[in-house]
Amino acid sequence: MKYLYLVWSNLKRKKMRTTLTLLSIIVAFMLFGYLGAIKQAFNMGIDVAGLDRLIVRHKVSLIQLLPASHESQMEQIEGVDDAVHQTWFGGVYQKPSNFFAQMPVEPEEFLEMYPEYLLSDEQREAWFNTRTGAIAGRTTADRFGWKVGDRIPINATIWSRQGGERTWEFDLVGIYDGAEKGTDTSQFLFRFDYFDEARQFGQGQVGWYTVRISDPEQAAEIAAAIDARFANSSYETKTEPEGAFLQGFANQIGDIGFIMMSIIAAVFFTILMVAGNTMAYAVRERTNELAVLKAIGFTDRGVMGLVLGESLVMTGIGGAIGLVLAWFLVSLGDPSNGSLPVFYIPAKNFVTGVLLIAAVALVAGILPALQAQRLRIADALRR
Amino acid sequence: MTESAKNLVCIKNVDKVFKRGSENIHVLGGLDLDIPQGEFLALMGPSGSGKSTLLNLIGGLDRPSQGSVEVGGEHIDKLSSRRLAAWRARHVGLVFQFYNLMPVLSAQKNVELPLLLTHLSRAERKKRAAIALDIVGLSHRNNHFPRTLSGGEQQRVGIARAIVTDPTLLLCDEPTGDLDRKSGDEILDLLQALNREQGKTIVMVTHDIHAAARASRTLYLNKGRLSTELEE
Repeated sequence: MKYLYLVWSNLKRKKMRTTLTLLSIIVAFMLFGYLGAIKQAFNMGIDVAGLDRLIVRHKVSLIQLLPASHESQMEQIEGVDDAVHQTWFGGVYQKPSNFFAQMPVEPEEFLEMYPEYLLSDEQREAWFNTRTGAIAGRTTADRFGWKVGDRIPINATIWSRQGGERTWEFDLVGIYDGAEKGTDTSQFLFRFDYFDEARQFGQGQVGWYTVRISDPEQAAEIAAAIDARFANSSYETKTEPEGAFLQGFANQIGDIGFIMMSIIAAVFFTILMVAGNTMAYAVRERTNELAVLKAIGFTDRGVMGLVLGESLVMTGIGGAIGLVLAWFLVSLGDPSNGSLPVFYIPAKNFVTGVLLIAAVALVAGILPALQAQRLRIADALRR
Repeated sequence: MTESAKNLVCIKNVDKVFKRGSENIHVLGGLDLDIPQGEFLALMGPSGSGKSTLLNLIGGLDRPSQGSVEVGGEHIDKLSSRRLAAWRARHVGLVFQFYNLMPVLSAQKNVELPLLLTHLSRAERKKRAAIALDIVGLSHRNNHFPRTLSGGEQQRVGIARAIVTDPTLLLCDEPTGDLDRKSGDEILDLLQALNREQGKTIVMVTHDIHAAARASRTLYLNKGRLSTELEE
């Protein structure tokens, strides 16, 4: 700690250069944090996906429907505890940009399958007893200012009502919260029986199934058994773990993780050049001073440590400010005004950020530090 | 008591050769020198004669190509780089022609620098730096940065930095070379006082006969050899 004053004084030597370098580092770490939150949103639920849940969909694609009768057949397969279905509704609220996921489900079974969706007993009962009842996640309810008791009109883009009417009206009977930070609280869920009776076509068909299995260790065998059960039928299935399904769903937009990593890698490469250049100049300009430090008794390693310390302090300050700014911006809300199901910086990203700070400091400072370490006093004092 | 114990510095048969490309430049050749404890020695000689090189060897800032350098009973030419650094911190104070102060640190912090290598508390470091600044007559300028000090004042800060660890040996490389006559005389007064009153052994490289006259002995270095007389 006694050397911190010396390190800090050296950083203040060229205020403009240090400030510009700091700003570059701040922007890089802010982008790292912010893009990490967006990546998390697209990978929504993957981290918290149930290990004991499988997703069963049509073998051809997710938009091909499956018969509702598959449910009872799947529940007869050994190792399958329960199966519930969901169907993509794809409606919009008021205008096309107000997008969020809506799905008809069997309320009681669904809430049993997804215990991470937290709903009060009173609201559960209301949903079970209200045919036009729907529940919305907290994110979506807050986004549109909905409260329990509101009547919510949703304009269908796929599922017209009988008679061609495209507007479906639901009574909001509950607002659910997520048990975990990564739980999707943007969904709008309504009753399948109401939907199935009122829709113009597709009666008795559903989008996909979620299956709970008794032993996650047996997931591969049970998935194979499910697919074998429906092999060579008109409705062949593809069964995969919930995490893999969600990942595949996210990848329909593109490999978000790869895109984000590419951007972050490009930014950090630039930052390394900027910070490395700053450190190199800082050492080159101070050759004489570093030699004096050695002359009065600082060891080669001590001088090397001072240079690395400068790099670490500069990157540490910039990185910390960048991460805090990212956290602040993310706390203001997602850039799509609520369309993203979750929007937060995962704790592991902060840990990665801290490791990244150390890595950038080390890589940017190591060459100048070695140069300082190797400096020969007599030679340097002659310059 | 052995001869080397009576003398603070014993240099025996020292050669120093610098390589410049494929060329070997012999700066010092077969040089012997004893400096008794408490002496104020002036080293004179033309540019390139090897004065600063000799000073660097005595201070452990450089190593001889051949021969031995013994200071205070320690063969410093045989010490590892790390131990040599620690030895310098304990036993040697350095005063440079161009002061070589850290421009980003105040006078007080510049003087404290060598004390960072000790286990002294912050308060103790501050106290000792204040005493050193008081000795050189600059206690009223302790918070000033080098750019706000005159050349003479900067050199006083440099001397305070050199004596703050209470070293036995002070090595001064043209300490008045960048100063006007008046400031130079003040610095020489100070060095003389440190030699007489505090018993510091001082080796001073200088081009200035007036400065060398303040020393108790003057040696001349020419073409890598020492003599007591200036050779034409």
